[in-house]
Amino acid sequence: MATFKNFFATRWGIIGVGVFIGILAPLLQKWGNPGNMGICVACFDRDIAGALGLHRAALVQYMRPEIIGFVLGSFFAAYAFKEFRPRAGSAPIARFVLGIFAMIGALVFLGCPWRALLRLAAGDWNAILGLLGLVSGVWIGTRFLKGGYNLGRSQRTHTSVGWILPLITAGFLLMMLLDPQVEGQGRSNVLFYSLKGPGSMHAPIAVSLAVGLGVGILAQRSRFCTMGAIRDLILFRQAHLFLGIVGLAVAAFVTNLVLGQFRPGFAGQPVAHTMHMWNFAGMALAGLAFALAGGCPGRQLFLAGEGDGDAAIFVSGMIIGAAFAHNFGLASSPAGVGPNGILAVLIGFAVCLAIGFTMRKSV
Amino acid sequence: MGTIVDARGLSCPQPVLITLEEMKKVAGGELVVLVDTDTSKENIIRAAASQGWTATDIVPEGQGYRITIRK
Repeated sequence: MATFKNFFATRWGIIGVGVFIGILAPLLQKWGNPGNMGICVACFDRDIAGALGLHRAALVQYMRPEIIGFVLGSFFAAYAFKEFRPRAGSAPIARFVLGIFAMIGALVFLGCPWRALLRLAAGDWNAILGLLGLVSGVWIGTRFLKGGYNLGRSQRTHTSVGWILPLITAGFLLMMLLDPQVEGQGRSNVLFYSLKGPGSMHAPIAVSLAVGLGVGILAQRSRFCTMGAIRDLILFRQAHLFLGIVGLAVAAFVTNLVLGQFRPGFAGQPVAHTMHMWNFAGMALAGLAFALAGGCPGRQLFLAGEGDGDAAIFVSGMIIGAAFAHNFGLASSPAGVGPNGILAVLIGFAVCLAIGFTMRKSV
Repeated sequence: MGTIVDARGLSCPQPVLITLEEMKKVAGGELVVLVDTDTSKENIIRAAASQGWTATDIVPEGQGYRITIRK
């Protein structure tokens, strides 16, 4: 039996990575990030869309260094362990659209799967509806996978293609350093910076970047994926990745208790609403889109870092989806769903189901 | 020489899905699985073990690996 040379591919490896994220995310909150949002890939991609001015929701504009760290950490790890594989060409436009609706669904719930776990671990019971929705969406995705759904093969491509998203994120970091926030100003030369709301709450740049890089490296090594955790359990009865998200949730719960950040209840939770039906449906849409695209938002960043150009397209779709969500009134707020959020979820389901039904076999 | 499952270029979880399908079809003997990422390599080894198959040989080939599994 061949054993794993890669410790992080073992059972204790994936649990360790989950625990690492579960401890650091609540700490990031303590160091300045928004409530129950130590790390949220969807929210942070949305903040980046805001920092770039792609949407003008003044409360959620910040160039989140965690996201930059995720991509660059994975990039460095992939090179260090000779796993960098430039590849692209598996139905990119379908992945772009899946990215858009994944983000719209996540912003109806207000969080990616990581944040759903972090919210749960902090006592936000609305997350239970979101997680049930996520499982339902992923379950629908597994029915398509069983029926032969796939987006076709990617092809090996130029090394420089695999460098594009890492270079873009490095460029974002440079912009942030050269164009820092000016006290009391909502916009520096180029970048937008929130003066209040979640976008104004952040840990120091160096701390955010360091945690991002650390998580990026470990997640690349361990293949940590929240969607895959649920999918593999449903599809193969295999709990490997699931142990990772259990590790995350348990560690975050304990860390929140220690830090005094555990406050159980439905009402008055930070950056959350209590419309159960739409917490469920938003995340179900997101889960279906993640399953059809082969990874949760975090995993797509790590894949993009190791050279997967199709994952980079999904990430681009998420950023554009965030812009749509805030420009068109689709994103929820603590008051509830946006004016057009419900319609967008219904359209998203129609589009994702169409993708699932029409893109089959012939690999 | 066993059957060859070409899983190169496929996203998760397709490499595992088509390998499991082939395992069911042949029921035993030897299978060769071609993959192009380390993630897929690990997933194939893990899936094989869960079905009582053993990865007997893993050699780099092209940009990926040729994995031989037996039962």
